[in-house]
Amino acid sequence: MLELIFHNPIASALTALVSLSLLFGAILGFAAVRYKVEGNPIVERIDNILPQTQCGQCGYPGCKPYAQAIVGGDAINKCPPGGQSTINALADLLDIEAPQLDAEHGAEPEVKKVAFIREAECIGCTKCIQACPTDAILGAAKQMHTVIVDECTGCDLCVDPCPVDCIDMLPVTEHLSTWSWELPNAKPRNLIASDKHQQDQAA
Amino acid sequence: MSINEFFLILLGTIFVNNFVLVQFLGLCPFMGVSNKLESAIGMGAATTFVMTIASVCTYLVDHWMLAPLGLEYLRTIAFILVIAAVVQFVKMFMEKTSPLLYRVLGVFLPLITVNCAVLGVALLNTQKAHNFFESTLYGFGGALGFSIVLILFSAMRERLAVADVPQPFKGAAIGMITAGLMSLAFMGFTGLAAH
Repeated sequence: MLELIFHNPIASALTALVSLSLLFGAILGFAAVRYKVEGNPIVERIDNILPQTQCGQCGYPGCKPYAQAIVGGDAINKCPPGGQSTINALADLLDIEAPQLDAEHGAEPEVKKVAFIREAECIGCTKCIQACPTDAILGAAKQMHTVIVDECTGCDLCVDPCPVDCIDMLPVTEHLSTWSWELPNAKPRNLIASDKHQQDQAA
Repeated sequence: MSINEFFLILLGTIFVNNFVLVQFLGLCPFMGVSNKLESAIGMGAATTFVMTIASVCTYLVDHWMLAPLGLEYLRTIAFILVIAAVVQFVKMFMEKTSPLLYRVLGVFLPLITVNCAVLGVALLNTQKAHNFFESTLYGFGGALGFSIVLILFSAMRERLAVADVPQPFKGAAIGMITAGLMSLAFMGFTGLAAH
């Protein structure tokens, strides 16, 4: 049989090309599985983890530039709004040790806050408008300013520039438009009676 | 193989028989990606890599498969198959192991498949009846020559872009003229070594 194939020019040509194609197909198929790249490139994935407050507390103009800087080798602990959970998620993604939040870039906020301008004291200097990374402050020169609560990310960048200190960071109050369901795993669930019992004991 | 022959092949492929300027192979990337120095360096690196690997693989396919079966007339199509597979493999491998380099090279990586210098080096290897080591070196040297010329040319084109070129010669025309002058200059290497 082999003799026949080797001596017939058409059969041998076909065999050679088909086997070559099969070989390369197998190698490429193997490579496609072995060197599979999941989903989007690394910058996008880091950017997705970052909180998108665009606050600039990390020293970069926004979350995307910081994501690019992380890919370039910057530290991952410069994001106060994201807090430790973001650092852990980044460390998990990049497969490195999770460092503590770097204190020089600000502390992690305990509750979500938004800026509030005491409008009676505002002199209309527009300094906070220039500082705001998300354009959440409305106003014009010599007109009093106000904060659009929905746009404010609570980054505190407007507090320092204010010459009359009329900006407060207030915790977001919960009302109908801000209330949302708690995430399912946020608290230990008391599905069965013994769970509740254990919790009582711990308390 | 003596050290002398080693340098003869290397110098011969880089300067005397330069793939682009003397043998006129791989002209499309030579004109196409020489607008910026950065992309020219990326393209040069990727092509060097692929051409070396491809000359090894095509030698193996030719020597162990086509020659014993008497199928030398299938060389061209078999080599195209090999090159396409190698480029695709390199692309996948690079995407996983070095996403940064992968992004820098971008579209140039798959475009190497249709670079005639890669097929040229494979066919020239069989034509000149090189052995395994010579084939590898020939591929590597040819790719180095390609990269050097591409980088030199892109450096010149960056200057040409801001030079005061007469209106009818602006753009590709002056590029072609420059390439021709470079080719003339490389003729000067002909006396260097006869390989």
